Amino acid sequence: MSKKDRKKSLSNRSQLGMIAFRFSKNKLAMLGLIVIAVLMIVCISAPLFIDYTLVYKQSMAVRLKGPGTEGHILGTDQFGRDLLARIIYGGRISLLAGLAVVGMALVVGVILGGCAGYFGGKVDNVIMRICDVFMAVPRMLLSMAVVAALGQGTFNMLIALTVAAFPGFARTVRASIMTLRNQEYVEAAKCCGTSSSRIIFKHVVPNGLGPVIVSATLQLGGTILAIASLGFLGIGVSSPTPEWGTILSENRTNIRYYPYLGFVPGFFIAISVMCLNFVGDGLRDALDPRTKN
Amino acid sequence: MGEHLLEIKDLYVQYNTDDATVYAVNGMNLTLDKGEVLGMVGETGAGKSTTALSILQLLPPKVGEITRGSITYDGTDILNAKAQVMRGLRGARIAMIFQDPMSSLNPILTIGQQIHEVLELHFPSMSREEMDNRVDEILGLVGIQKHRKNEYPHQFSGGMKQRIGIAMALVAEPELLLADEPTTALDVTIQAQILQLMKELQQKHNTAMILITHNLGVVAEFCEKVCVVYGGEIIEEGAVEDVFTREKNHPYTQGLFESIPKLTGPVERLVPIQGFMVDPTNLPKGCSFAERCPYATDRCRAEKPGFYMDGTHGIKCFRYENAKGEA
Repeated sequence: MSKKDRKKSLSNRSQLGMIAFRFSKNKLAMLGLIVIAVLMIVCISAPLFIDYTLVYKQSMAVRLKGPGTEGHILGTDQFGRDLLARIIYGGRISLLAGLAVVGMALVVGVILGGCAGYFGGKVDNVIMRICDVFMAVPRMLLSMAVVAALGQGTFNMLIALTVAAFPGFARTVRASIMTLRNQEYVEAAKCCGTSSSRIIFKHVVPNGLGPVIVSATLQLGGTILAIASLGFLGIGVSSPTPEWGTILSENRTNIRYYPYLGFVPGFFIAISVMCLNFVGDGLRDALDPRTKN
Repeated sequence: MGEHLLEIKDLYVQYNTDDATVYAVNGMNLTLDKGEVLGMVGETGAGKSTTALSILQLLPPKVGEITRGSITYDGTDILNAKAQVMRGLRGARIAMIFQDPMSSLNPILTIGQQIHEVLELHFPSMSREEMDNRVDEILGLVGIQKHRKNEYPHQFSGGMKQRIGIAMALVAEPELLLADEPTTALDVTIQAQILQLMKELQQKHNTAMILITHNLGVVAEFCEKVCVVYGGEIIEEGAVEDVFTREKNHPYTQGLFESIPKLTGPVERLVPIQGFMVDPTNLPKGCSFAERCPYATDRCRAEKPGFYMDGTHGIKCFRYENAKGEA
């Protein structure tokens, strides 16, 4: 394709197409996206190649074997359970729970922030003061408090993290909606007889979604870390259900002599959080109008 | 009563800001019949757009306030209508074309989707296919190839965007079209095209229209009735012939005419209107134009002139106080 053709085809793309194009030119972000995608695919399709019973199968004969042992690529833990199986099945919880938390927080945040930003005044005040209450408490502490109130368990942990995460989204959405609500096309939509809810969710919110998507991607990393932290503290996913933070926690007594037990789950936590941050940064750059050309 | 499509009576609108109260519209009276085209001329800040927004009940909430008067649209009292009734009117029966086509289209929806939306809102019973056909048809009418309906606003030029704006306004076949300086943001050659297009469509559908503009030439070309707005009130109104023959005019309208360069005859110095636009936060007791008027008397400064009618031509100036309008 000649340069001219390419330029033409670029201007004919939708906004989404142009963002995708700019994103694809960012190598680090693409690397992050690929790693995350591979991790997710492996975790989701885990039952296809690893038997779930391996996660729980204990065997004193093979306990604390290092990585590379026959049949156990990443070694075994103190009960002789296969670390690879636990990591992969643990990833299903860490990554998917992270997605679920960010998804739920996003929905709640977009609805509340959208209404607050669009209507302003009293509605804005009430919603944002509620959010302020949640934001005033440190996130980790708040999730711990909610888990303590609701009781331990995977689902309760999801609720706790959602409660802790949504005010941030509500703020971001509100800020971008406030700059958009006075745009002429909003007035034009009003002139066509469009109802407020339709204006908010069809005309305003999609236009202001850019920064929200970026913060959601970055939050996803933070949430995975938070899930791992809660797991490590023993108030998230409870052992023996595998989860990266929980695996780290149950192995911590042996880390001094068998460092791979800490390294392996830690590596997966770190790599997924880092890659999500790359993706988030890449998205931010791709959405920045100043990088347009 | 009731025969007119639109009737504005003694309308007062003010904007309450933290610093001051802006009296934007002060005693506006206006009637419009079906199929009639009214040109509304006046300086920036004279209250033209405010009047249009009042008709649609889209004054900025909390800031804009209608303090007095009534607006009746085809028997509906707009000022007391429920929000739902108003939503039914907007877009379906009263539509608006905006000044800046660059910003009045949503950048993330295709133009087809945006025109489609108007139909979805007002004709929920229409089948998808019918809607698609209507969209194609209206795009054809405004001169946009229909295969471009899946493109986004940034892929069109300014003139084309304004055509799309017109298509959006007319797709539901409203009876009243409010055009708020529809050609101001376009360059001159495109202006003529757009006006031509609007005129054709207006005649075809017999749509009534209020054309808000700064441009007297456009009014002469395009409208049947004219009203000249100054300081939030109509100071002169009449048929285009009444006003443009220039036998009798409000001193302000005279001033407007004198500030237009003439194409024929020797080039003269243009005569501007002295002074500045009346301060809408601090309106004078008498005639709002008195400060700038070369004919102003003490009486002009002390009391407000009424409308002095001569046939269809009305002027708000003491100079035309006797019915014959002798100056």
